[in-house]
Amino acid sequence: MVDSDNNAPAAVALSERVYWIGAFDPDLRSFDIILKTANGTSYNAYLVRGSEGVAIIDTVKEGFAGDFFARLETVADYAEIKVIVLNHLEPDHTGALPELMRRAPQAQLFISQKAQTMLKALLKRDKLNFTPVLTGDKVSLGDRSLEFLHTPYLHWPDTQCTYVPEEKTLFSGDVFGCHFCDTRLFNDEAGDFRFSFEYYYAHIMRPFKDYVIRALELIEPLQLDLIAPTHGPILRDRPKRYVRRYREMSQPSLSTDKQAKARTLLIFYISSYGNTRRMAEAIYAGVMSVAGVRVSLYDLEGGEVSPFVDLIEDADGLLFGTPTINGDAVKPVWDLLSSLTVVNLKNKLGGVFGSYGWSGEAVRLVEDRLRGLKLRVPIQGLRVKLIPTEEELEQCHRFGRELAQELLGLREARVIDFAELTSS
Amino acid sequence: MAKANVTFEDINITVSVPAGTRVIEVSEKVGAGITYGCREGDCGTCIMKVTDGWQHLTEPSVLEDKVLRENMAGKHNRLACQAQILGGNISVKPA
Ligand SMILES: Cc1cc2nc3c(=O)[nH]c(=O)nc-3n(C[C@H](O)[C@H](O)[C@H](O)COP(=O)(O)O)c2cc1C
Ligand code: FES
Repeated sequence: MVDSDNNAPAAVALSERVYWIGAFDPDLRSFDIILKTANGTSYNAYLVRGSEGVAIIDTVKEGFAGDFFARLETVADYAEIKVIVLNHLEPDHTGALPELMRRAPQAQLFISQKAQTMLKALLKRDKLNFTPVLTGDKVSLGDRSLEFLHTPYLHWPDTQCTYVPEEKTLFSGDVFGCHFCDTRLFNDEAGDFRFSFEYYYAHIMRPFKDYVIRALELIEPLQLDLIAPTHGPILRDRPKRYVRRYREMSQPSLSTDKQAKARTLLIFYISSYGNTRRMAEAIYAGVMSVAGVRVSLYDLEGGEVSPFVDLIEDADGLLFGTPTINGDAVKPVWDLLSSLTVVNLKNKLGGVFGSYGWSGEAVRLVEDRLRGLKLRVPIQGLRVKLIPTEEELEQCHRFGRELAQELLGLREARVIDFAELTSS
Repeated sequence: MAKANVTFEDINITVSVPAGTRVIEVSEKVGAGITYGCREGDCGTCIMKVTDGWQHLTEPSVLEDKVLRENMAGKHNRLACQAQILGGNISVKPA
């Protein structure tokens, strides 16, 4: 079906007017550094034929351009190409673009509004002709048409989807994709790829759940006979199931709590002699003294990273307690902090505390890291030299109380001088 | 040195700053909800809404204008990593 007897790559018809012209990469084992794949992947590119011209939707990774052009040539001439749509500029989908533009110089390039400077950085050309598009923009191919959906951050700022209403087909880019290489190509014929689908979501889409939900608002109302993603099987058997699954995976899992307006605060600590732990317990008690915050206390030594990441995703505030050991915060803290790129942390409240012996670097280092992770850190971290005194524990209690009030938006208006912020 | 006041509406804090300070220098330290990516006016992560005192910020550069347009920024949106506070009172919040 895919490759005829003499093994020449050929286009695969998805309908009378739509063809798959992508490439298979069965040998790939690691993708984008952050993903593994046990059987490779595919780079799916598509061709849509209208009565007044042909559109190419996405291309393939550079090394696979040969297969892509060979498949394209089995169903169209370059001179017929009127439109090139880039749903995503990542090199695995734009690798063959420069050569395609050379072979079809008359084709007009359509990219998302947010893709413009990125396209220039990618092609390293100043003079470039392209049309930036947003939701509602359309281009006609005669009896077929392309409608664009602005779906940014799935999973780069530039991403968009393209819908062909006459075919009830959505070209979704990386959305609904997965790294799974199967020449049978369609979801009802390929092997079981459920694991790959979920794994791909968890590593690629999960940090952008808010954007996934916004995209689903645009996608859910569409009539869908087929979803054509840029990786993995083409979803023609009950495509809406995959849309529903995205919805399920993107809703906050603690939604009942959210409705009750409870704010959640997690305190993570680690402690060698119990000093940072005593601070943590006093802070915990301080937070508890404010109604409306659900606070939990966890010793990092007693847990695994991945369930903590799940907790953090749904929490409103995060506190980290770490001693200073050899001039730094300790590894379990950094391990947790370096595992948070799969979740959205923007605007969560952060805070840091810890006991130290003489130099006490850890608290400031972790505060900087939290800011780098886009948390807000409005209350300066609390450091205690060695064993906390009663007075210092009272300070910890106050620290907890203030953070709880901050989380609830209860702190009063304040006026401060810039010098106060920069002095420490 | 000439002073200016910048109010971060989301956290209800006003900071008195020397004229010429960039919003980024203040907002992170004070824990306001404006977030940063590239820190050099390229990525649009730090788009903020200027709710008051628009005229007390330096004019956007050609590059800033372009980034704001590409990110479909609304009226009175600015990049917090680029805008410098010239004087008077301004109020900002995350866009
Ligand atoms: C999964 C993924 C996520 C990315 N996230 C970011 C990002 O948040 N910010 C950014 O500036 N670039 C991001 N990039 C873009 C890469 O930094 C960019 O493609 C870079 O050129 C890759 O360099 P390399 O070829 O050395 O790997 C991301 C790329 C991938 C594949
Ligand atoms: S942080 Fe990137 S534009 Fe300001």
